[in-house]
Amino acid sequence: MAEIVATPLDAVAGIADGATVMIGGFGDAGQPVALIDALIDSGASGLVVVNNNAGSGEHGLARLIAAGRVRRIICSFPRQTDSWHFDEKYRAGEIELELVPQGNLAERIRAAGAGIGAFYTPTGFGTLLAEGKETREIDGRHYVLEYPLRADFALIRADVADERGNLRYRKTARNFGPIMAPAATTTVVEVSRIVPVGGLDPENVVTPGIYVDRIVAVGPAGGAPARSAGERRTRGERP
Amino acid sequence: MASRDIVIEPSVTVEHTDRGPLAPDELAALIAGDIPAGSYVNLGIGQPTRVADHLDPASGIVLHTENGMLGMGPAALGDQVDPDLTNAGKIPVTELPGAAYFHHADSFAMMRGGHLDVCVLGAYQVSVTGDLANWHTGEPDDIPAVGGAMDLAIGARSVYVMMTLFTRNGAPKLVQACTYPLTAAGCVTRLYTDLAVLDVTPRGVVARQTFGATVAELRARLGVAVGTS
Repeated sequence: MAEIVATPLDAVAGIADGATVMIGGFGDAGQPVALIDALIDSGASGLVVVNNNAGSGEHGLARLIAAGRVRRIICSFPRQTDSWHFDEKYRAGEIELELVPQGNLAERIRAAGAGIGAFYTPTGFGTLLAEGKETREIDGRHYVLEYPLRADFALIRADVADERGNLRYRKTARNFGPIMAPAATTTVVEVSRIVPVGGLDPENVVTPGIYVDRIVAVGPAGGAPARSAGERRTRGERP
Repeated sequence: MASRDIVIEPSVTVEHTDRGPLAPDELAALIAGDIPAGSYVNLGIGQPTRVADHLDPASGIVLHTENGMLGMGPAALGDQVDPDLTNAGKIPVTELPGAAYFHHADSFAMMRGGHLDVCVLGAYQVSVTGDLANWHTGEPDDIPAVGGAMDLAIGARSVYVMMTLFTRNGAPKLVQACTYPLTAAGCVTRLYTDLAVLDVTPRGVVARQTFGATVAELRARLGVAVGTS
């Protein structure tokens, strides 16, 4: 049963050194920045982090990496113009990278939560990222065997939770939340607000509370504001 | 591997020698005009994003963004910027009427499951058999980043590549065999470049249009299988 906790620090209690932690978000959208800040304050280190990216700027996941808490990152797209903390650690050999095609990353996470033992996927066949993996031809098409990706903890962000842990997300901030929530032993969710049981239309629940262990209300998304296309162009970049 | 020539098919090939190469926006407009009405389309980050600016709103084309949305609208400006609504390049965008949001596993099921009609991707290299290399230069200092490129390449029904035909140093990007690590083998349907639009077919690379050059000139500059067909 989902438990409502008072602070982000309470929410991340028990994350041990060396734990595997899934962190939701695609860039800043859906990134649980309050939970990551609490994870930094908790002191846990030697973490294996699963995220689509490897942090950007000076906040959230980038800050966790800069603080030297991440031993290994499993992600699809670590290279961004403002991912300097990861770049520096990677080039210094201080962080391991497991690069996974984005759809395989998502499906491996989904498979873990759904009790699937492994699956054959066409993505990556014949590439460096499938080297050494089992392959199979099925109906004339080539596939690579991929295994589920589980975690000790999942830290995700949703928009609204009810007191039972049912979740609704907001726009593209949904991204990895619904698949990470079932894939971890303990799933921790930061939300803008918590409503009483009955406050969410059951037809609109995206993640049922059965997958949720701890909820903390932290207010609206607090990460660095996204840059508009216009702001990027003034920096000499194209959108 | 048997070498292949760029094939001229008289019923298909048009050589525009009365003009220069296509500018990036002309190329984007050409691609936009070739995407069938009503298609579900994913535009890769970088240059392919420009195609969106040239789509006819009446065409009914629906844009997919891999971070979890169908019905993506133009880039958000000013008050429209919402940190919870971005595209695959993490740029704030807008939603159009009829948009839908979904999680990442669904988004990639749309690709892998063959539901997307067209994707437009950038490339470092494309081979004459349609192999694509667009995620990693293999240089020691390069940080590899694949994102959704491998899923799009194997999943979309038509894979269009948008690139210059040569690097800034003049090296061909259409090659006999890719020297950069592959994204996927044999996946490219059509190449849109500043100098030519080329179809990858079992008969070879068929020139549809050239711009500011003849097929013969391009063959010579590319060094692709000169003298065979």
